[in-house]
Amino acid sequence: MPGVTVPALGTASAWRDAARGLLGANVPPEDVLWAYDGGPGDLFAMEPAAFAGGSATVPRSFVALAETVCWHADPERFARLYALLWRLRATPALVGDRGDADLTRLRDMEKAVRRDMHKMKAFVRFREIGGAGGRRRFAAWFEPAHHIAEPMAGFFARRFGDMDWIIVTPDRTVEFTGGRIALLPGQSAPPPSEDATDALWTTYYRNIFNPARLKVKAMQAEMPKKYWKNLPEAAAIPEMIATAEARARAMQAAAPTLAPARARKITERLRMVEDEPAASDLEALAREAAGCERCPLHRDATQVVMGEGPREAPLMIVGEQPGDREDLAGRPFVGPAGQLFDRMAQEVGLDRDAAFVTNAVKHFKFAAKGKRRIHQRPDASEVQACRWWLEAERRLVRPRLILGMGATAALSLTGRGDGIMKRRGTFEAAGDGTPVLLTLHPSYLLRVPNAAAKAAAERDFRADLERAVAWLSDADGAA
Amino acid sequence: MNGRVSQGLSVACAGTYDERMARFTLDEKLAILSDAAKYDASCASSGTAKRSSRDGSGLGSTEGSGICHAYAPDGRCISLLKILLTNFCIYDCAYCINRVSSNVKRARFTVDEVVSLTVEFYRRNYIEGLFLSSGIVRSPDETMGEMVEIARRLRQDERFRGYIHLKTIPDADPDLIERAGLFADRLSINVELPTDASVRTYAPEKSPATIRKVMADVRLRKEAGTERSHTGKRPPRFAPAGQSTQMIVGADGASDATVLGQSTRLYSSYKLKRVYYSAFSPIPDATAALPLIRPPLEREHRLYQADWLLRFYGFDLAEITGALPDGNLDLQIDPKLAWALQNRHAFPLDVNRAARELLLRVPGFGIKTVNRILTTRRHRSLTYEDLTRMGAGMRKARAFVTCGGWTPGALTDSAGLRARFAPPPEQLALF
Repeated sequence: MPGVTVPALGTASAWRDAARGLLGANVPPEDVLWAYDGGPGDLFAMEPAAFAGGSATVPRSFVALAETVCWHADPERFARLYALLWRLRATPALVGDRGDADLTRLRDMEKAVRRDMHKMKAFVRFREIGGAGGRRRFAAWFEPAHHIAEPMAGFFARRFGDMDWIIVTPDRTVEFTGGRIALLPGQSAPPPSEDATDALWTTYYRNIFNPARLKVKAMQAEMPKKYWKNLPEAAAIPEMIATAEARARAMQAAAPTLAPARARKITERLRMVEDEPAASDLEALAREAAGCERCPLHRDATQVVMGEGPREAPLMIVGEQPGDREDLAGRPFVGPAGQLFDRMAQEVGLDRDAAFVTNAVKHFKFAAKGKRRIHQRPDASEVQACRWWLEAERRLVRPRLILGMGATAALSLTGRGDGIMKRRGTFEAAGDGTPVLLTLHPSYLLRVPNAAAKAAAERDFRADLERAVAWLSDADGAA
Repeated sequence: MNGRVSQGLSVACAGTYDERMARFTLDEKLAILSDAAKYDASCASSGTAKRSSRDGSGLGSTEGSGICHAYAPDGRCISLLKILLTNFCIYDCAYCINRVSSNVKRARFTVDEVVSLTVEFYRRNYIEGLFLSSGIVRSPDETMGEMVEIARRLRQDERFRGYIHLKTIPDADPDLIERAGLFADRLSINVELPTDASVRTYAPEKSPATIRKVMADVRLRKEAGTERSHTGKRPPRFAPAGQSTQMIVGADGASDATVLGQSTRLYSSYKLKRVYYSAFSPIPDATAALPLIRPPLEREHRLYQADWLLRFYGFDLAEITGALPDGNLDLQIDPKLAWALQNRHAFPLDVNRAARELLLRVPGFGIKTVNRILTTRRHRSLTYEDLTRMGAGMRKARAFVTCGGWTPGALTDSAGLRARFAPPPEQLALF
């Protein structure tokens, strides 16, 4: 019966080589005796050449599984891995079968090793032990449950690249000097060392703890007692637990104290609002609108988005409401619909910077759907509430022409929001008589599903923009 | 009580600002400024860009998953050095230990002290990095400026590649927030309380609108940081681990429906990585404005469960909070089980056929279990024992599924089903 002794150094790759050979030689699991040589620097107890030339195709996830399980402390791990490998030859799909007992056992072992590795990342504690040549030197003692010092060496090398360190465990020592990793035999006891920083760390540990939320079980589930003896902070735990309840009760029982004398002065000064004078009447309006609670939309939106553009703009462009981007940026027409509008306006020679661009409703109305915000059309009462601000903007800017885009703008400007498809391209009048040219909303162009309808909508929209340009230049000519 | 008052006043009057601070050793400052920082629940150190110092040119690494280097007896993970730069504060937020009207001891770290504590703690493998917050002294810009300087020193002078989380100060100059995002992995700003009205009542100096604007700004900057320029160059990454926030639960009268509504809005609006719920807990030298109750830890736990259902299990807010009589989650059973009990018509599900979205709604099935079911049932049909081996919580799930060799029969619709899961009635304490 072939016997394979897997060495303690390079365990995972040695097992893989041996298993590949055995598989190539068609040796069934029951005919192999696996052994582990915990001593340093061993070789195979058998000639690896005996099974040379073997190559086997195995599922990739098995390779990763074996790579981890090989470091487990269970003496049966090699045999279990090989037995599963043997079964996988006939049924490769087995590797995805989470109900299979053999695989489940190996997955559990894999999980145990991973957990041990994770805890080693967490609970190794370095102490400074001097150093030479500009590199500081640290040492740690750790007692893992499995043979994980070797596979963990890379993690600590990536993390502590600019210092020299040594991690001693019972079966393996990892030394990192000048950027090179050396794997040496383990030691049975920790190297004696002390580090003054441990006291500072314990101070931190004591004070970050909230005695009003004592949950000892939750702590021990993640930081089992077996690790405590090598954690400097753990010495403080019993006293922290013992006094927690009394401390929490004392906090509750303590009567409120008088505020220190300086508190009132500071608070008074802080609450004295010193508003800078507004730079313009539009800015004053925007400040006033920032606190608007005329309808419920303010509760969910980020901010009020007021209009933007020259104070004396001849053309005022009114959209529906700010969208996701506008809500975040606090500026109108910066999202996808705004960009589409800009492109088409440029095509027909409409200078957006010369126009005053605003919306009928100043807060973004949306429904939260997972990670996205879905636009919702504002209802009549919200449009009505926000007309206050639109009217105020119009009174200040006094445009000669208003371009109303979409049903919501139409409703706010003319009092009627229906039949926008029929009314587009026509001139109506706002409450104060300012002519209002109605058109589609650019976001409609983005949403039209079929290509023909989209082309038609774009044509209509462009024609309306041209109409606005023509109207303004006629008006200029007439003036 | 008199003793406490005079003691507190004597601290406040014991000299000028600087003289008072000079009295503390580093150890004392650390005690004061970590005690003051513990009410921030976040200690995450995961999900940032990968970094390493293998070439010896610096210190630290981040590899995706976070590491908890210790656990305190409150069950909370300690991953970061979580401290305040100073606990002097000019604001008067009722729930906060550091409010201007409190008599706690006040201290202030220097920039050097924070940098050195971070690096020395990191070298000993105590921590993954730094979580720096601060009270607001003199001006928001000055405070934020010093916090950014600490992050810059760590990254540029100490070549520190560990994790940095900076709490942003709402009213600070946007340029400082921009700089903060270049050095920090995560930025956060706390919305503090679930409604604007509560913030106005309990944190009168804070403005919910400003807090929202900062979150919007961080999202926009982060997104701008992922777009390549026309030359194909990527701009420097901005806060690669994203932003998060925290809400205190139980200090005001807001219901769970209000709290979850707020977090749904925050997740969708600002692409937050996490909303933390912090059960309001008694603090030293508390104000009379708030009740000092036992922290509602169970409620906090249920909120996290509901939050997970919303983000990872395809539940809608209305499904979770719609049927709650008072808008509060059932404290005795988890929200998924509560939903399933109210929607028994949707069960039992055939584990061998049901779609992923439906399997995710089975109480006792987590995402891992569902993934395992899906990969395994491609090859064969599943039995009850298979489900147990896959890690399914069959105590809950058995009433809601059928599979090879198992059918719940009348159990799904039985009147006593809820009672099987709810804890037995408890004798109330007399005090």
